[in-house]
Amino acid sequence: MRRVPATLWIGAALSLLFVGAALLSRVWTPADPTGMNIAARLKGPGEAGLLGADQIGRDVLSIVMAGAWTSLGIALTATAIGGAVGTATGMAAAAGRGGFERAVMAANGVLFAFPPILSAILLGALLGPGAGTAILAIGLFMVPVFARIARGAALQVWSRDFIKAARMAGKGPVRISIEHVLPNISAQIIVQFAIQTGLAILAEAGLSFLGMGVAPPNPSWGRMLSEAQTYLSSAPHLVLAPGLAIAGAVLGLNLLGDGLRDLTDPRRGQAA
Amino acid sequence: MLAVESLRVTFRRDRAPPVEVLRGVSLTLERGATLGIVGESGSGKSVLALSVIGLLPRNARAEGRVLLDGTDLLTLSERGMRDVRGRRIGMIFQEPMTALNPAMRVGVQIAEGLRVRRGLSRGNARTEALRLLDRVQIPQAGRRIDSYPHEMSGGERQRVGIAIALALEPDLLIADEPTTALDVTVQAGILDILGDLVADLGLSLILISHDLGVIARLADRTLVMHRGAEIEQDATERVLRRPGHDYTRTLIDAMPRRARATLEAGRA
Repeated sequence: MRRVPATLWIGAALSLLFVGAALLSRVWTPADPTGMNIAARLKGPGEAGLLGADQIGRDVLSIVMAGAWTSLGIALTATAIGGAVGTATGMAAAAGRGGFERAVMAANGVLFAFPPILSAILLGALLGPGAGTAILAIGLFMVPVFARIARGAALQVWSRDFIKAARMAGKGPVRISIEHVLPNISAQIIVQFAIQTGLAILAEAGLSFLGMGVAPPNPSWGRMLSEAQTYLSSAPHLVLAPGLAIAGAVLGLNLLGDGLRDLTDPRRGQAA
Repeated sequence: MLAVESLRVTFRRDRAPPVEVLRGVSLTLERGATLGIVGESGSGKSVLALSVIGLLPRNARAEGRVLLDGTDLLTLSERGMRDVRGRRIGMIFQEPMTALNPAMRVGVQIAEGLRVRRGLSRGNARTEALRLLDRVQIPQAGRRIDSYPHEMSGGERQRVGIAIALALEPDLLIADEPTTALDVTVQAGILDILGDLVADLGLSLILISHDLGVIARLADRTLVMHRGAEIEQDATERVLRRPGHDYTRTLIDAMPRRARATLEAGRA
């Protein structure tokens, strides 16, 4: 067994920390994340709660924890949907080849060319802001990313002889894709899933910063940042808490993805 | 049973004129006979095999006729070809590394065709796979059937490859460089198995190799190919003892001295 890379340990630990906080927030937070306490208004860390209180006296640690649920929930759902659609599309392109493949990849190119924030604003205007819009916008942006990776990996698998053997056994392209190609590209897809979830957290924070994420009073890291701007000099902890949460979650998932890649790709492991 | 008549295969290319890979090759193969095809890399041996089973890449075009018991395979639809592949013609591939799916247990891979084409239940297909593993002399087949390819040696993997090709009981086997990736000692074992199959089951065999020693061991007739064209085709004895062409002589001279000595001892 190869040595588990340090990046994987750190990434997994950070990711677990945030997932744990998100899950814990469903049953327990130090204070009610929506409960105001004007007396504690803008108090710093330690003065009121572990991370202080915000402009209307809510406990910052509680909002960050509850925000983890929102962020991770939207990011994971969006990446799962986008990843599934993208992977299926990419595998279909690799199996179909020819004109179909070119058409699929061209459509993906168009989708990829749209700045994600712009298409999210567009969707927000059409559907109204909310978790559903955020999931749709981020998921849409994930489709071409996964399609490219799945197609590239699947093409490699298709060139191997065991695909010919499967065709000799009478299997059609759909069965071959599911039974032979998918298990052989799943490592690459899982690695990408971790990295893209990190990006999705960033995107979700961006959307709610712009007011297109979940509606208040549902807690959200992006909106915490946008509300904290006004108090940047008087209460910097209001910016730092959600900012570090976003950075930590994205870093954790990226390290997790890189670590998994090192673990599954022998060439990278040796180079490192 | 198999007759290939002036088969031409051309590959379309992007931004380049098409290349002709096979320039009118003909051959015939009787039931129960073994035909050896020799030639250097790029001589079109594998393309010939792939056109017979209809697995040429999409950018290739085949002209001529490939007659299997009178049916021209080149005119068959993909659906019609699916009934030929595996059932009528089995294929053994060169690289035991890439010929097996690394993410699938070998028993499942052998059973694949049995489940898809013969509609066998999981249990019956497994029994049959076990019998096939015995047939290709995998020791302790009952335990090995649940192995992954990476847990097997190169020779064992190639035996599994043969078992897969045999699963649907074809009457023609095409073995494309079946021993090239293997150690010499392991090679002999594989060739013996192939020879036994031809003798016991009355299979016809097309054995493709760049190694005249391999061909000499099994083939009744030999086709020598060079740059997509036939150089000569005759009884293996005749081709090796009295090569009718300079190219064949070059191939024989290119053999390692010891192998050539074995060949010459065989002549005496």
